[in-house]
Parts: sequence; C-alpha cells; structure tokens
Amino acid sequence: MSILEILLQTVSADPSKLGAAIGAGLSAIAAGIGIGNIGKAALESIARQPESTGDIRANMIIAAALVEGAVFFAIVLCLLILFV
Amino acid sequence: MQENRGFSIFKISSNLVFICFFALAFSLKANSNSEISSHDSENAVHSKHIEKKEGFKPGDMILDHVKDAHDWHLWDYNGHPVGIPLPILIYDNGFHSFSSSKFEHGHAVVESKGNFYKLHSGKIYKTDSEGGIQIGKKKAVLNEKPIDLSITKNVLSLFIASIVILIIFLTVAKGYKNRGKSAPKGLQSLIEPIIIFIRDEVVKPSIGKHYERFLPLLLSIFFFIFINNLMGLIPIFPFGANLTGNIAVTMVLSLVVFVVVTFSGNKHYWKHIFMPDVPPALWILLIPIELLGVVLKPFVLMLRLFANITAGHIIILGFFSLIFIFGEKSVVAGFGTSILSVAFTLFMSVLELLVAFLQAYVFTLLASLYIGSATEEHHHAEEHH
Repeated sequence: MSILEILLQTVSADPSKLGAAIGAGLSAIAAGIGIGNIGKAALESIARQPESTGDIRANMIIAAALVEGAVFFAIVLCLLILFV
Repeated sequence: MQENRGFSIFKISSNLVFICFFALAFSLKANSNSEISSHDSENAVHSKHIEKKEGFKPGDMILDHVKDAHDWHLWDYNGHPVGIPLPILIYDNGFHSFSSSKFEHGHAVVESKGNFYKLHSGKIYKTDSEGGIQIGKKKAVLNEKPIDLSITKNVLSLFIASIVILIIFLTVAKGYKNRGKSAPKGLQSLIEPIIIFIRDEVVKPSIGKHYERFLPLLLSIFFFIFINNLMGLIPIFPFGANLTGNIAVTMVLSLVVFVVVTFSGNKHYWKHIFMPDVPPALWILLIPIELLGVVLKPFVLMLRLFANITAGHIIILGFFSLIFIFGEKSVVAGFGTSILSVAFTLFMSVLELLVAFLQAYVFTLLASLYIGSATEEHHHAEEHH
C-alpha cells in the first residue's frame, strides 16, 4: 500500500484531527517566515543606521504583533476543531 | 575575583540541586501514581466489581488547568480531588445559591427550590430529579441552562488580582502624597519607571497632544494585563488561574477599547472610513474594508492576547505531562524525563515571563494607536508639498 493509503487509514476514524494538525504546522511555518522577514529588515536597517535602533525596535515589535495576530487566528481555529 | 568565582560556582551547584530536587519530587509522584494504578488492577482481577484502569490523560489534565471551573482544584489526595468549593449563583426565575461541593464534581444532582441542577462538563444544566442529560446531535446537550452568575475560579482570581493591583497602586499613590517631589522610595521606584515608559514611549507618541485624557485608561489596561499574566504563571494557591487566557475577559478588554475609539472618534476619523481620500469609483471596494477593519481590529486584539497566554500555559503543562506519561511506562523513564522536562519547563517559563510583558505592551500600544488614529487632527496631504 502506498504511504498515502496508510496515512489515511490511520486517521480514518477522525480525519478532522489530521486537518487541524496540518493547519497548526502550516501556521507555525507562516509565523516563522513572516516574523523572520520582519527581523531581517529590522536588523539590516539597524546595521545601516545604528542611532535609530529604538524607533526601529518599536516598529518591529508592532509589525511582529500584527503578523502573530493572523497566525493566532489560524491556531485558534485548529484548537476549535480539535477540542470543540 | 577569587571570591566572586566561588560564589558563582555555589550558585550553579545550588541551582542544580534545586533542579534535581524537583525532578526527584515529580518522578516520585509519577512512581506512586503507577504503583497505585497497578495495585487497583490486581484487586479488580480478584473482586467481582470490575473497575476500568484509568491511565493518565494529558489532554484532560491540560484542559482542566486552562479552563474555568466552579471550584478551585488544588491537588489530588488518594485519588480524591482536594480543592476549595466556590459559591454557585444561578438565576432561574429566582436566585439559587449553594456551594459547588454539592455538585460532587459532576456526580450529584442538586435540588434547590424545587428545581434540579447538574454539572456536566463544566456547565450547569437544569435536569429532572434523576439528573438526566439529553444529548442530541453532534454531542450537543439539549437541557436548559440557567443564567450562571457563579463565583468561578476566574472570577475569584479577578477579585484577587484587583486586590493586588489596588494594594500596589494605593501604596504608590500614598508614597507620592507623603514624599511630594523628592526622590521615590520603595514600591514607587519599581512602578514609576514602568509608568514613565508607557507614558513617554507608548501613549504620547501615538496620541499626541491630548494624551492625558486617555492615559489612565491605557495605564490601567497595561497593568491589569501584565499583573494578571504574571499571576497566571505562579502555580501556588491564590495565583495560578488562567484569567487573561479566558476569552471572555479579553473580549471585555477589547470591547472597552472599541467603545473608547468609537466614542472619541472625531469628524476626520469617520470621514476616512465612510468617504476615504480615493477616487469615488473605489469607494464600493474600500468602504466595506474600512468598516470591517473597525470591527476586526478589536477582535484581533482579543484573540491575540487570549491565544498567546493560553498557548503558553498549554506548552508548560504539556512538558509536565511528559513526566507522567513516561512515568506510567517505567519508573526510570519517569526519572529521566523529569530532569529534561523540568529544564524545558524552566526555559518556557522564562519565555512566558517575556510574553507576559510583551503582550501587555502590545495590547496597550495597539489600543493607543487606534485611539490616536481616532483623535488625530486632520493633515492635508497638499500641505506637505
């Protein structure tokens, strides 16, 4: 049997859990890519102009919080699937 | 130099002793759990009364610690839960009040003024005298629910948090009244830099000229969230309830921000929403997006705080559950896992301390940005040429 068949058999009892798990993993990847990009841009700007570190840091935190907000929406949805 | 090095080695070794002590304590508990369960299964074989051997269910334990409850569960003694029963207050054509110990953790039916109530998976339902719970399609309960105004664990922790905050800030205020303009001492010197930080780095740059109107609100929001986050991390009795991880609490906080933004929005704020500065052909696209944004921004505020704090608690509890899961398989595995698990939990707890401050800071920052965008004066784009 192919790998896909084995996988689908093990989750055949409750396939929504497979969807929730994959969704949580994908949203972790999304958070990593998004916040990594923000950090990269912030570090490059600090390297170019060290005296504006404070301003750049504050804006980086705001942007990271906004991106994380979207990620947490996905995580909460997966939690809802798993536990409600 | 010599005595400094000796002191640090002493600190490192005493930290190691602490970690080993905790690891030992937890694995001993795991060991005793598995011994009791195996003893029960032997008895079950000999007696006619068949008992189901209950293993450790990490999912249930984690959810119990993260959710609200009608009693404050402290620990388990000989398989029986030990806790503080909290008062139940329900409104069902008249107020009924009794102690939650009458529910016996969901096993008993309580009779009050002719009505019967039963606790089923954390919620109070009105039942007949047998305590029957009708479950319909998709595991939905069909019984009626009275209006539940009980003092639950989260409500009690909210009262305790309010008392803590009042003590801190009344002390600081009295210090300012007694000391006047001279240098601060004691609790004042702890709180003053934080207040100045919020005022100068968060509120003043976001709101601008009229920041003093909103400073009390934003300071209250910041300290409420920060102190409740910190209290949720301490596992000892009056602290340790997951208050800011309760979506109802964060919903109220973001509703407050929404009401303040809506009622202090000036003409330019509403103009930017209903008649934005773009060619009128784009209005049909942009106005729904702007309206959605008005509702969505507080909604995401609520979700961000709730998910961050709850996820942190679930991670820490998950690391602890690893000890018990492995401890059921074998005692040695329990010991070994506990050292690693306690180390990970300590690391996650330090991260959670950072998250506690950061989430309070981000909530306050975004609230002040929204208030600032609602109250800012109009800048003509043409003037900047």
